[in-house]
Amino acid sequence: MTVPLTLLGLLEREPSHGYDLKRDYDAYFGRGKPLSFGQVYSTLSRLARDGKVVISDPEPGEGPDRKRYVITELGATEVDSWLAQPVAPEPHLQTVLFAKVTLALMLGRDAETYLDAQRAAHLRRMRELTEIKRGGSLVDSLLADHGLFHLEADLRWIELTTARLGALAEQVHS
Amino acid sequence: MSILEARGVVLSFGETPALRGADLAVAEGELLAIMGPSGSGKSTLLHCLAGILVPDAGEVRFAGRRIDRLGETGRSALRRDEFGFVFQFGQLVPELSAQENVALPLLLSGVRRAAAVSEARTWFARLGLDGLEERRSGELSGGQAQRVALARGLVARPRVLFADEPTGALDSLTGEHVMDLLVGAAREQGTTVVLVTHEPRVAAYAGREVIVRDGKVHTLTAEAIA
Repeated sequence: MTVPLTLLGLLEREPSHGYDLKRDYDAYFGRGKPLSFGQVYSTLSRLARDGKVVISDPEPGEGPDRKRYVITELGATEVDSWLAQPVAPEPHLQTVLFAKVTLALMLGRDAETYLDAQRAAHLRRMRELTEIKRGGSLVDSLLADHGLFHLEADLRWIELTTARLGALAEQVHS
Repeated sequence: MSILEARGVVLSFGETPALRGADLAVAEGELLAIMGPSGSGKSTLLHCLAGILVPDAGEVRFAGRRIDRLGETGRSALRRDEFGFVFQFGQLVPELSAQENVALPLLLSGVRRAAAVSEARTWFARLGLDGLEERRSGELSGGQAQRVALARGLVARPRVLFADEPTGALDSLTGEHVMDLLVGAAREQGTTVVLVTHEPRVAAYAGREVIVRDGKVHTLTAEAIA
């Protein structure tokens, strides 16, 4: 759902061609996952069909594929309300991590070794993101930070759970 | 080859055991993070590796040489000549200017004052501390004081830098800046770094991490879930 809304948001800055929209999207939002041209144009077609953008007349001298897209009032309203809406703060209570630890204890497996391995995997990813931050642009750095803070939150949970494994084992076997 | 090694290190404070057979090898030029919960023994391990504490049993080697057998004078010389230190708090001498604080390890090693001060000054530009040379520690922000401490830890080009929670008293952004400088300077001069931290974001600057739990060192591996 965010691709159409992000493209709409980019169009609210100024009317743009599909090529420019893809370039800006990839630069800011598509790190490691750039949009295909097909996805850009099919999304723009749907937005046009729904009345959220209109296609302006091709400028003199421009080819047929140099259509300029302009956001409509309806599109701008949708961007406004999307930007004002907070993302649902999901509690993540049933994460894969939680399920693995609990099941390991239920099945008499070594949950601490699993948590240590998970901690190592998290830290390895954090090292990669830290290297990206150290050598990257501000945009790279902010994106890496987002990943780092989430991984750090998981790691804190892993630490706390490691310290409480005995109590959790008693509970799942009671 | 390991530059630092602990084998079966045991140390108790009175009746309370802190290390119960800790084993660790640190390669030359490596940046190692020692993590672990509060009271797990990670700082005690660092102090044993740095020759600050002497274990009750086990061996500690630096460059192949037993340092746990050295007397206080020998360990003191080792700390002065081979090691640098950065701690969390209160490490600058308040009566000295920032510049004199940085020059201190060189002066203690017998470098002439003019040369020591001149070398110390190069670190101010390097760590973004230009203009703060004459300030006392009370006139520096937390981040500035920690950068001065970092300069002091590295100015004598130690073979090993020991950093115990070096960003513990700093906010995230300032801590990040200090870590960037620490890693950059250590890599540039090939200094081995042993970093104690409980913060994963700080540990992520290291090339490898171990965890101390109940006085023993556990090496983490992600292989079990790879």
